[in-house]
Amino acid sequence: MKKTSKFLTSSSILGFLFLYAPIVSLIVYSFNSSKLVTIWGGWSIKWYGKLFENEQIIEAAMLSFKIAFITSCLAVILGTMAGFVLARMGRFKGKMILSGWISAPLVMPEVITGLSLLLLFVALENTFGWPAGRGTNTIIIAHTTFCLAYVAVIVQSRLSMLDETLEEAAMDLGAKPSSLFFLVTMPLIAPALVSGWLLSFTLSLDDLVIASFVSGPGSSTLPMVIYSKVRMGVTPEINALATLMILIVALGVVAAMVIMKRQHRLNKELKE
Amino acid sequence: MTTATKTPVWKQEGAVPFLQIKNVTKKFDDFTAVDNVSLDIYKEELFCLLGGSGSGKSTLLRMLAGFEEPTSGSIIIDGVDMAGIEPWNRPVNMMFQSYALFPHLTVFDNIAFGLKREGMKRDEIKTRVNEMLGMVQMSEYGKRKPNQLSGGQRQRVALARALIKRPKLLLLDEPLGALDKKLREETQFELMNIQDELGVTFVVVTHDQEEAMTLATRIGVMNHGEVVQVDEPQDVYEYPNSRFVADFIGSVNMFEGRVTEDLPDSVKVESKEAGCLLYVNHGINCAPNQKVSVAIRPEKIKISRTKPDQLMNCLKGKIEDMAYMGSLSVYRIKLEGGKEVRITQPNFSRDMGTRLTWEENVYLYWDVDSAVVLTA
Repeated sequence: MKKTSKFLTSSSILGFLFLYAPIVSLIVYSFNSSKLVTIWGGWSIKWYGKLFENEQIIEAAMLSFKIAFITSCLAVILGTMAGFVLARMGRFKGKMILSGWISAPLVMPEVITGLSLLLLFVALENTFGWPAGRGTNTIIIAHTTFCLAYVAVIVQSRLSMLDETLEEAAMDLGAKPSSLFFLVTMPLIAPALVSGWLLSFTLSLDDLVIASFVSGPGSSTLPMVIYSKVRMGVTPEINALATLMILIVALGVVAAMVIMKRQHRLNKELKE
Repeated sequence: MTTATKTPVWKQEGAVPFLQIKNVTKKFDDFTAVDNVSLDIYKEELFCLLGGSGSGKSTLLRMLAGFEEPTSGSIIIDGVDMAGIEPWNRPVNMMFQSYALFPHLTVFDNIAFGLKREGMKRDEIKTRVNEMLGMVQMSEYGKRKPNQLSGGQRQRVALARALIKRPKLLLLDEPLGALDKKLREETQFELMNIQDELGVTFVVVTHDQEEAMTLATRIGVMNHGEVVQVDEPQDVYEYPNSRFVADFIGSVNMFEGRVTEDLPDSVKVESKEAGCLLYVNHGINCAPNQKVSVAIRPEKIKISRTKPDQLMNCLKGKIEDMAYMGSLSVYRIKLEGGKEVRITQPNFSRDMGTRLTWEENVYLYWDVDSAVVLTA
C-alpha cells in the first residue's frame, strides 16, 4: 500500500465535512430539547414523539410511501422493457435517438419535466376527461416517467453483460420464449431490478419539484408538506422528520449499492 | 469401440443417413456464411466439422440447433424436415463452447433443467439426473454452483446437461477448447466412451485438427462456407483433395510443377522448385501440361548425407535451421532453387555426434507412394 499523503487525508476530511456537516448538524438538532432551533437545550427525543402525533405529517408520509411504492413497481416493469429494447434489439434505425430519449429525463431540469407533465395532464383532461383533476395518480405517472429512465439504464447495462448463449441454452433444453424470461433472464438480472426498484423508491420519496407541479388538492406528499412548513420557520419537529427521511433514503441507497456490487462480482465470475 | 473390420456405415450401399443437410445456404445480408453445403451423416457417427474462424462451421451448427434458419436448402433429422421447427422442439441438444451453465442454478438443477421443461415427475428427474451425474463422475458436486467448479468440471456438467434429454443428435461447439492439454486428452477419450455407450450421433465443430483427428469417425473440412472435403481422418490427412486441405491439416511441403507424363496409375511432374522430376504412384484427372502441386508431409521425407540411388523424388539442399524436440528433430532445408522444405525425423540414435547439423549439404528423397498430387 502506498502511504497516504497528508494532503490527501486533509482534503478528504474537508470534502466530507463540506458534504455532511449540514446533515450531521440537522441530525444533532433533531435531538435538541429546546423549542428554538438555534439554541441548544440538552438531549431529548420528544420531537420524534410529537412528530408521530402530527396527523398532517403522518398522512403525507403515508401518501409519499404509497406513491413511491407504486412508482417503483411501474418504473421497474416499464424500465425493464425499455432496457431490453436498448440491449437486445441490435442496431436499428434511430437506436441512438431512442437511447438518448430514454436517458434524457436523467439530465432534464425537474422544473421543465414538471411543467411539461402538468401541461400534458391539463390537455388530456380537456380532450379526454382523463385524468380527472390532479392528485395521487398524476404524481405516480410523473414519477414513473423519470424513474423509468434510471431503471432502463441499469437494466440495459446488466443485460449487455449477460451471456446471450445462456438464453440459447435454455431454448435448446426446451424452454419456450414465454417461460425463458422467468426461468433464466429474470433471475440473472434480478439484482438490477432490485437496485432499480430501490433507486426509484428513494427518488420518488424525495421529489418536491415535479410533485408540486402535478399534485392537486389533498394530495400533498411529504416533501411538499415539509417545504410549506419550513416557509413558516424551521421547527425541531421538521428536524426529526428530516432525520428519519435521511435514514430511509440512506438505507435504500446503501441496499442498492450492495446489490449492485454483488451483481458486479457475479458478472466477473460469469465472464471468467 | 466399434470394430475396425466392419464396413463403416457411410460406405455401405443404400444406408439411410440420419442427418441430411441438403444444399443449405445461409446469408447474412450480402455475406454468405454457409454456401450450398450438402452432407449425409449417419447414426452413431462422431462427425467433425473442421475449419478456421469464419469458415461457416459454427453457423452450420447453429442451423442444426435451430438458432438460425437456412436461407435456402433443408435439414432433415431422422426423416423429419426441420424447417420452421423451433429450437425447443428439436430432437437436438447442444453443448456450448462457453458451456453456458446457468449461474443461478446448482449443478443438479442445471442438468435437471431440460427434464423439468418436459414436465417429468420429480422422482424420475432425480433418478435420471443422479444417473447422469454418475456417468460424468460428478456425483458429489450436485449441490455446487457453476462458479465453484473448475473448467474440466464445468465441461462435464455441460455435457451431462446436453445429454440428459437423450437427444438423437448432440451438437458440440469446440468441446475441448477451454481445457488445458492434459485434461483435453482425458476428455477426448471420455467423450468417445460416452458416445459408444449412448449411441448418440455427435456433430462436433472445431478449429483444432488434432481434436478432429482423434475424435472423429469422419471429418468435414470447411473453408469460406463450403465443405471442401469429407473423409475419414486418416484419408483427410493422407489424401487431401486440395491445397487448402493439405495445408490446413498438419504441415506440408508443396512443390509447384507441370505434368509431363500422365498414366492411369502414375504421374510425373516436372518442378523447377524441387529441381528434379517428381513421380507419384497415383493417377489424377488432368490435362497434359497442367499446373499441379505435389504435396508431401514433413515426416515422409527421408534425409541423408550420401546421394541415394534414385533419380526422381530426390532433392539437394543445405540445412538452414534445425530444432531438437526430444522425440524428433525438425529441419528447415533450403533447396538449391531457393525453396525451403520442412522435415521431421525421429531421433533414432542417442549419439549427438552423428546427427545432421547446421550448414550441412544433404539429399532429400521419398518413396513413390509418399507424396500426393493436387490439382485444386
